Amino acid sequence: MSTFDNPFDPNRNLQAGCVCGEHRSAAEHDQASLAFGCEPVESEEKRYEGVVASAVMRAIFPQDVARRAFLKSVGASTALAALSQFFPLQTATEVFAQAGTPEKKDLKVGFIPITCATPIIMAAPLGFYAKHGLNVEVVKTAGWAVIRDKTINKEYDAAHMLAPMPIAISLGLGANAIPFAVPAIENINGQGIVLATKHKDRRDPKDWKGLKFAIPFDYSMHNYLLRYYLAEHGLDPDTDVQLRSVPPPEMVANLRADNIDGFLAPDNVCQRAIYDGVGFMHLLSKEIWDGHPCCSFAASREFITTAPNSFAALTRAIVDATAYASKAENRKQIAEAIAPANYINAPVTVLEQVLTGTYADGLGGVKTDAKRVDFDPFPWQSFAVWMLTQMKRWGQIKGDVDYKAVAEQVYLATDTRKLMTEMGLTPPASAYKSFAVMGKTFDPAKPDDYVASFKIRKAS
Amino acid sequence: MTTTSLRLRAGLVSIALLAAFLGIWHLATRSTGTVATMTPEYAKLMGLTATQGKSAMPGPLDVGAKLWEHLKRPFYDNGPNDKGLGIQLAYSIARVGTGYLLAVLVAIPLGFIIGMSPLLSKALDPFIQVLKPISPLAWMPLALYTIKDSSISAIFVIFICSIWPMLLNTVFGVASVRKEWINVARTLEVGTLRRAFTVILPAAAPTILTGMRISIGIAWLVIVAAEMLVGGTGIGYFVWNEWNNLSITNVIIAILLIGIIGMLLDQILARFTRMVTFPE
Repeated sequence: MSTFDNPFDPNRNLQAGCVCGEHRSAAEHDQASLAFGCEPVESEEKRYEGVVASAVMRAIFPQDVARRAFLKSVGASTALAALSQFFPLQTATEVFAQAGTPEKKDLKVGFIPITCATPIIMAAPLGFYAKHGLNVEVVKTAGWAVIRDKTINKEYDAAHMLAPMPIAISLGLGANAIPFAVPAIENINGQGIVLATKHKDRRDPKDWKGLKFAIPFDYSMHNYLLRYYLAEHGLDPDTDVQLRSVPPPEMVANLRADNIDGFLAPDNVCQRAIYDGVGFMHLLSKEIWDGHPCCSFAASREFITTAPNSFAALTRAIVDATAYASKAENRKQIAEAIAPANYINAPVTVLEQVLTGTYADGLGGVKTDAKRVDFDPFPWQSFAVWMLTQMKRWGQIKGDVDYKAVAEQVYLATDTRKLMTEMGLTPPASAYKSFAVMGKTFDPAKPDDYVASFKIRKAS
Repeated sequence: MTTTSLRLRAGLVSIALLAAFLGIWHLATRSTGTVATMTPEYAKLMGLTATQGKSAMPGPLDVGAKLWEHLKRPFYDNGPNDKGLGIQLAYSIARVGTGYLLAVLVAIPLGFIIGMSPLLSKALDPFIQVLKPISPLAWMPLALYTIKDSSISAIFVIFICSIWPMLLNTVFGVASVRKEWINVARTLEVGTLRRAFTVILPAAAPTILTGMRISIGIAWLVIVAAEMLVGGTGIGYFVWNEWNNLSITNVIIAILLIGIIGMLLDQILARFTRMVTFPE
């Protein structure tokens, strides 16, 4: 369930508290919104005004009963007028909207040219960084290992990373252990399994013994999801098939050259293989786990401590861009904004198919799935726990892991929740949620049992 | 008379070969027309290779048209990740130039010392022999990891790979200066420094420049690979960026330009070599 879904949708689980997270119950929220309207509103100023006004109201009436009585007796508009008389709401709102002045305004953010980087990229041409007082240069980078090294080397202040990468870096897997943190998830869903056209009658994974598959990086959701999918169908990904780390453009070329049989890759690479007529979409990654995280926005702890305001402004810009990207009606515009050579450098039709979810499947059919790729920035710590269980399952982590501690250290749910609330958005109240991957429920409270429950895994 | 006619005939053969090559290329990459029956709505979502049976390889006409487009505006700048080919080439040439000059500054004096001292020459030989065959790209991760700056790393890689041919050639050139000349200088009581500059340097210059010519060739080979690896700017980045877009047309254009610039760099040093060579 996305944070940006309609709060009035009856199917939406609002968790504990109210929609906006400011009140203890839905009734209380309704009462307050009568006066100031605290659900996300059209303009930024209105939103901030609402937040500030709520804060002021809470300060004046620490007792809820008193506030309710006051509002009931004088009415909302009179209350607002009265409040404005002795409290400079307008000024307060302006001060609030500016937040702290960024310590460093000129920032460099690295990205890999795939649709997963959509919020990071679009924030530049569509002005989200500028809106939060930053001058950000988004720099295209040649590969995941390079983006890791350049971020560690401080050439980049923050970067687009695969969701498990900051966890791996913090743990010192495949790099020196350097504490990294994730304030926002870039995208959810947005990957797929593509097979070469010659395999179009071989759709049952049980027949895939001996096939060669490509993944972009070892510490990636791509790797874990493909392994999970294969293992659920009884194949041991380490012995029954070949998995290779291949840069995305080479995946398409290798598929054309018959060098690999398929890959699990970011959606725009999948769609490009279809667009070029060399493969077909076997399934979208959301069919494995609907709402899974894909890429993340990451920065080193050092950057966060030395430039907390810059970091907060960056996170706000990303969250803002993500909120914009989560709306279906903006997707076409975004596809056009990120397609040029300066950004993803891909045909607009390909990006449009990915972002709007109306796409050619490579077998002659046109499919529609508006949630093919979706955007929801909240860094659920249970996502991190799940990734850790898979790292453990496939032998990337040896020995005991303190799942919760690592998840909470890397995935900054508390800080993001605070920022989102300040922005007038509605973050979830808890950082842990249970979810199902291919029908199997994951309980973040029992990660060790979860790892042990898999028949196919690397013995460690 | 015979040389001009030979030149003319060679030129004609070159043109004929080029024409034949372009002709075959054109025929081999022609599109074959509609390949499969598709609903129009599906076809709209697909690329030309899938709908028109267009070859994945661009033809010479596609490349020519695109090349013209690039040549018309070589210096545009659309932000950090999209710059004109002229700017990209300038970045690459500047990197190669810096790394190469640093290598010259180290390799030639060092080569001189080693060449003049048989002891050093023998002592350092095993190290040079081990370091020389290391692929420049093998240095890249190490450089990125230790230097912690990608553009300096690229320059370092150019430096480290262009130093060896220069060093070895300088050593060889200095060591094989005719003994008589050195002996004559000795009899005339010429000091070591003066001997180095007035006798050995002129005598060894052609060999040194041959080493420099080999090095610039290697440096230019390496920069493309290094830039593909680190990204950012330069012609190597351009190739990577277009490869990422699977735009073979632009990759071919880049290859063509890399070849031309490489040839120019080589020709400049060849001219220098001719200038310092003297007939014996």
